[in-house]
Amino acid sequence: MPTPGTEARPLRVAIIGAGPAGYYTADHLFRQPGLVAEVDMFDRLPTPFGLVRFGVAPDHQKIKSVTAAFDKTAAHPRFRFYGNVDFGKALTLDELRAHYHQLVFTTGAQTDRRMGIPGEDLVGSHPATEFVAWYNGHPDYRDYRFDLTQERVAVVGVGNVAVDVARILCRSGEELAATDIADYALEALRASRVREVYLLGRRGPAQAAFTNPEIKELGELADAAITVPPEEAELDPLSRADLERTQDRVTRKKVEILQGYALRKVTGKSKLLTVRFLVSPVELYGDAAGHVRAIRLCRNELYATPAGTLQARATDRFEELPVGLVFRSVGYRGVPLPGVPFHDKWGVVLNEKGRVVDPATQEAVVGEYAAGWIKRGPTGVIGTNKPDAAETVACMVEDLARRAILDPAAPEVGAAEAVVSRRQPNYVSYADWRRLDALEVARGRAAGRPRIKFTSVEEMLAALGR
Amino acid sequence: MNIANVLAQKGVKVVTIGPQHSVRQALALLAEHNIGALVAVDDAQRPVGILSERDIVRAAARNEQVFGRTVAELMTRNVIVGVPEDDLKSVGHTMTEKRIRHLPVVEKGRLVGIVSIGDIVKAQRDQYEGLVDTLQTQIADHPA
Repeated sequence: MPTPGTEARPLRVAIIGAGPAGYYTADHLFRQPGLVAEVDMFDRLPTPFGLVRFGVAPDHQKIKSVTAAFDKTAAHPRFRFYGNVDFGKALTLDELRAHYHQLVFTTGAQTDRRMGIPGEDLVGSHPATEFVAWYNGHPDYRDYRFDLTQERVAVVGVGNVAVDVARILCRSGEELAATDIADYALEALRASRVREVYLLGRRGPAQAAFTNPEIKELGELADAAITVPPEEAELDPLSRADLERTQDRVTRKKVEILQGYALRKVTGKSKLLTVRFLVSPVELYGDAAGHVRAIRLCRNELYATPAGTLQARATDRFEELPVGLVFRSVGYRGVPLPGVPFHDKWGVVLNEKGRVVDPATQEAVVGEYAAGWIKRGPTGVIGTNKPDAAETVACMVEDLARRAILDPAAPEVGAAEAVVSRRQPNYVSYADWRRLDALEVARGRAAGRPRIKFTSVEEMLAALGR
Repeated sequence: MNIANVLAQKGVKVVTIGPQHSVRQALALLAEHNIGALVAVDDAQRPVGILSERDIVRAAARNEQVFGRTVAELMTRNVIVGVPEDDLKSVGHTMTEKRIRHLPVVEKGRLVGIVSIGDIVKAQRDQYEGLVDTLQTQIADHPA
């Protein structure tokens, strides 16, 4: 039989997870010269785009415009989307193996890392991702509740997710109303009594993970002032020497912006955002009702590792910060997929350059690949998934040439679709999604907003007349 | 981005050798795995040295009877090691400045992986490419 990848016998690929990594993988496959590939993309949610829809902040619509590129990929005649199909439940690994030559897992980093401190599970302490998913209208999180009657909030972490959460908490109702934030979240945030928000960084200003545009934006909020304690905006001798050595202009600019905030007068706005450095939560204190009332913070100092990174270590100085609501954003990790080898230490699918690896033999598992955050861990911007997916696709093409691919019993399009519709009669196709998309945009237009999202699966199916 | 993100895409295989083994065995491993250096570890998987192709070339230039010597005789001791939490950026600087091409990564003293300067350069390149791509998307009306 001829090698798959031709008109007569296309290479059949299943991609699990319809986020950026999935789309970039599909795009790279379609761009391979001389290769005829058919891509079926699955997502457990009815809507595509993963974190572009449910992660990227609603006031960052420009970033979301990357979906135009994804739509282009999806318009390829050999692309199919099966939304509302949960891998592992509606479809098993063995079933996929029966219908595809290659499988690619692009399921992202779906869970957060814990701080591992006493009081972490008190009422009012949440993973930042849950709040993000909630305000973005993720069907699994729409019924979550956050106590926005609290006046003081801490966000632990200074990565871009932490910054998003702090910024959304500080936005005025008017600012939020111009976004596609979930309706219920808009209502809740309009009624919010949050007045003081603290962003807590473990290391110093020069080591903060947030990017310069993000931290600049925090200084331009309509109704929230920003401040940094001057002594914490100052660079310690190690950071100063490091900047001198590396001549890192981006970091220098970051420090300048933060030191500018330290000098600003805090007046005339109803909310205050304070960015703190060199502090780590060591315990959350609760009141009699088990609700967070304060964080105990340990002051840190920096030291250099042998490889030259400045890391934080605890000192014996502590303080107490009264807050009634805490969001932790101290890292993310992937969730194991049924039947797919997982590397627990790194929180990713066990892989080498995107080839899934069998832990017992240390050899590649034939026909299985990973791309995006489930491959490298949660790092980088949306575009970082492009070179990442390119590497995975290069491995797929190499393996195809060696014929190290699966040998599916029924590789025809119809066979796979028959199984999907039997298992999940309510699967959502790309045409269905385009209808939902148009409906959301139309609802938004009437209200002067980019879109008004459907936030439950039932709502989406009803809108599709199911 | 940190070193853990680099190691996450490198499988589980870390090729090591005991310091008591011969250079002949070391060469066979380097050739078999198509790599440029071996971490020498003790019985507890603690790195005790690193043996690079350069170490072998240098020794061979002085004495052609190099094959029978031990890894311990040729390897570089006082190896700079990394930890998974090390920042990509600072590791890149350190490896460039100190002219190190391979960095063993340890956790609680035990070897968990090795990164090469090639891994670091590739990760940095991907990071920049990704940033540029995302910025282009944001300024273009019709992304490519």
